[in-house]
Amino acid sequence: MSVVQTTRRGEVTLRDLSKSFRLNGQPLQVLRNLSLDIRGGEALAIVGPSGCGKTTLLRVLAGLEAPDRGEVLIDGHPVEGVGTERAIIFQEPRLLPWLTVLGNVSFGLQVRGYTAIEAETRARHYIRLVGLADVETAYPRQLSGGMAQRVGIARALTVQPEILLLDEPLGALDAMTKLTMQEELARIWREEKVTMVLVTHDLEEAIYLADRVLVMPKGTGSPPLLIDIDLPRPRERNEAQFVALRRRLMAQFGLH
Amino acid sequence: MTFQTIDTSLGGSVEAPPGAALLRRGVAAASVVTRRYGLLVGFLVFWQIGSSFGWINPTVFPPLDKILAATWTGVAGGALLDDIAISLQRSGLAFAAAVGLGIPLGLFMGQIRAVEQALDPILQFFRQTSALALYPVFILLLGLGETSKVFVIFWATLFPILLATIGGVKEVDRKLIEMATTFGASRATIFRRVVLPASVPSIFVGLRLSATTALLLLIAAEMIGANKGLGFQVMNAQYNFQIPQMFAAILLLALLGLSANAALVTLQRRLCRWADLSH
Repeated sequence: MSVVQTTRRGEVTLRDLSKSFRLNGQPLQVLRNLSLDIRGGEALAIVGPSGCGKTTLLRVLAGLEAPDRGEVLIDGHPVEGVGTERAIIFQEPRLLPWLTVLGNVSFGLQVRGYTAIEAETRARHYIRLVGLADVETAYPRQLSGGMAQRVGIARALTVQPEILLLDEPLGALDAMTKLTMQEELARIWREEKVTMVLVTHDLEEAIYLADRVLVMPKGTGSPPLLIDIDLPRPRERNEAQFVALRRRLMAQFGLH
Repeated sequence: MTFQTIDTSLGGSVEAPPGAALLRRGVAAASVVTRRYGLLVGFLVFWQIGSSFGWINPTVFPPLDKILAATWTGVAGGALLDDIAISLQRSGLAFAAAVGLGIPLGLFMGQIRAVEQALDPILQFFRQTSALALYPVFILLLGLGETSKVFVIFWATLFPILLATIGGVKEVDRKLIEMATTFGASRATIFRRVVLPASVPSIFVGLRLSATTALLLLIAAEMIGANKGLGFQVMNAQYNFQIPQMFAAILLLALLGLSANAALVTLQRRLCRWADLSH
């Protein structure tokens, strides 16, 4: 496209990313010359079988791993390492057990130098957003898996990232909680207007949440596939087009 | 059909029980106490009766009332106060020095792998060497006075604290550190806000172990070349065949140990409210 678009905040460009690991002495290439433009405010889901490199890609985006070659640009600027414009939500909530819900949610802000009062005021806003206002003073061990993950989500949102990176955030939750949390994530994404990059192994979750789905094959033999999800929001899981898309995606993995 | 609704909020208030329930709770509490202390009380009763009736040799195991009387005379009469004070001073100084050196050194060693790797073989070697075996060396170096006594206790108490602190720092969940990194936390911030609080429970394990060790070593140190202190009184009373006085000194030592441990447990509860305390 030759039309110059105004740069929206939270635009991510991956340029020729390659990354390999050594596994039992053997080099294992998980990313090969991957290039991709993620639009500002877009929700992109990355799916693929275990070991396809989807988590590695997210960790490179987060700045937790450096690529062997290639670069990551955010809003046109190359980035290295972690940055204030990105926040990551892990599969485990990674809460500090000695802090209350309020303490955990304000942790990110306190690390970034906000005073305790400022941090807590802002943290309370996000605690309400994820629906945990009544358990503000509870400790992590008193929380259920779903509640703990909400705390992790609120903590990531407090720093008002342009880009929210999610590494299988609902992977450890039970089926019912997972559905509720998918709706929550859809709402949060809509309200916060962030770019969302979601790694998941759940194809339905990908279709439910994403504008586009990046399907990464196992091994670097065949190129990744990018699928547009042109469904109106809020999405309906049992609607014909949704089901058809899910079938098409599952066929990609040889599933029926 | 209707279902009852339940309150799912955390920390819901518990209604005050009426009289009957209060009584039931009293009985339940009594049974807990019986289960926990029943055997101990039974043992003490057996000792008292057995000794009074001569089933067990009363010269070696005098009746409890004589021991308690000797303890009372020793403490209230002031004869044992000096001994308690000097014993507390020796073990307290040594323990404080071990804490003052062990915790900072342990935090440092746990953080920096190279330092830990270089010092670990030395630590393992010294840890396996009984402090009592080294006591003669300390006496040679420091003389038979207070310094060598305090030093041998310090030596023995240092290692549990040091090793527990190193262990605590090394076992901090890497995932929590990585989480802090993603918010841009510096090394110092990660240390202060993640590593240090995460190590506290482990450090307390070391502190409690050290407090016990301090009292054990105190006795040994006071039995060699001391003329004051509870450990000395145990030996001295035995030489002079003042068996109730000997048990009085032993009883006081046990009480010292119990109160030191209780103080540490209280402190631990305050600092680690977040952790499940099962002991």
